[in-house]
Amino acid sequence: MKALLSGLQAILLAFALTSAAGAAPPSLLPAVATVHIKDFKYNPPALTVHAGDRVTFVNDDDEAHTVTASDKSFDSEGLDTNGTWQHVFIKSGTYHYLCELHPYMKATVIVLPAAPAK
Amino acid sequence: MKRDDFLKHVGWTGAGGIAWSLSGTGLFTAQRAQAAEGGLSFVQISDSHIGFARPENPDVAGTLQKTIDAINALPLQPSFVVHTGDVTHLSKPAQFDAAKQMLSTLKAPLIVIPGEHDVIGTPQAFFSAFRRGDAPNGWFSWDQGGVHFLTLVNVFNFEIDGKLGTEQLDFVKNDLAAQKSSTPIVVFAHVPLYALFPPWGWTTEDGSTVLAALRRFDAVTVLTGHIHQIVQHTDGNIRFATAASTAYPQPAPGTADKPGPLKVPDSRLLSVLGYRSVEIAHNAATISDRSLQT
Repeated sequence: MKALLSGLQAILLAFALTSAAGAAPPSLLPAVATVHIKDFKYNPPALTVHAGDRVTFVNDDDEAHTVTASDKSFDSEGLDTNGTWQHVFIKSGTYHYLCELHPYMKATVIVLPAAPAK
Repeated sequence: MKRDDFLKHVGWTGAGGIAWSLSGTGLFTAQRAQAAEGGLSFVQISDSHIGFARPENPDVAGTLQKTIDAINALPLQPSFVVHTGDVTHLSKPAQFDAAKQMLSTLKAPLIVIPGEHDVIGTPQAFFSAFRRGDAPNGWFSWDQGGVHFLTLVNVFNFEIDGKLGTEQLDFVKNDLAAQKSSTPIVVFAHVPLYALFPPWGWTTEDGSTVLAALRRFDAVTVLTGHIHQIVQHTDGNIRFATAASTAYPQPAPGTADKPGPLKVPDSRLLSVLGYRSVEIAHNAATISDRSLQT
């Protein structure tokens, strides 16, 4: 529930940030990228997106994993096999994350400033 | 018998089990156990993963129930049952509720230590189910039957699986400083305290600090879970033993690309799940690992 609420807050915030500029709320668009978790690895290990982009994480492994920011700014909590979780990256920056259950699993999301409207 | 030869014989044992002398110089000698007369016995169970539902074991509640039934049927009830963590699979309150309901049917008093699967995101659900009044932080010690017991928690750091932290290390050092070297020490935790297999995270980063504080004692037994299989290891005066899971096995260290649930033929599953009886009598500890296969 906590993850759901934070996702919801992110969507609302993203809507507030972008609706003023007249662009479609990016969070209501499909996810721009998917990170697959398989064989105790995040793939891709380094993902680049733009601020406001929504990213899907899918656990394709036969073991449970989490997607947990090193600074705890986001946390999927437990993702069982076939579990999915989405997060909208609002602010640009480099986000390191790991699996709380297997902390040697580490990966990165690089968030560039929002892409200009086409 | 050389130690290496002896270790090969340790594993599942039938009635009787194998005893290790806890007295003397730190050299352990194996001997057939005598029936415990008085003394103290306890049972260790581990890694029940309530909520897990995959082909490796589609009925983890059923195998936990079998474990509980077997313990309740022991002719001599243990002084307590300790669960060394990963009671649940995903730290969900409903999983804790289900586990607690089952575990509360144990006849013996229950002690529960969290594993990393019990504290995903927050330890709150674990503490709601199993917090003890005498252990506000989760770790504690007590004396019973002439043995000093130490229960540690090494899963609270979300970035390092297997870490005790400064506060707990200080507790351990102060606690052990007050004990006589001749007192048998038994330590419980979830993740192995020594570097059993670091590439899979089967180690405790600051465990060596605890082991150093345990060196001066005549005999120490460290019982953990986490790796879903029995591995025994002796280092000087310290004897380590990881426990089988009640849910599913994992590969032996380094025998697969990764850890995780291991599928065995259905007919073999009960033979790799089980519980551990420990009897301490006449200053000797007997460890008997028993499978659910009847």
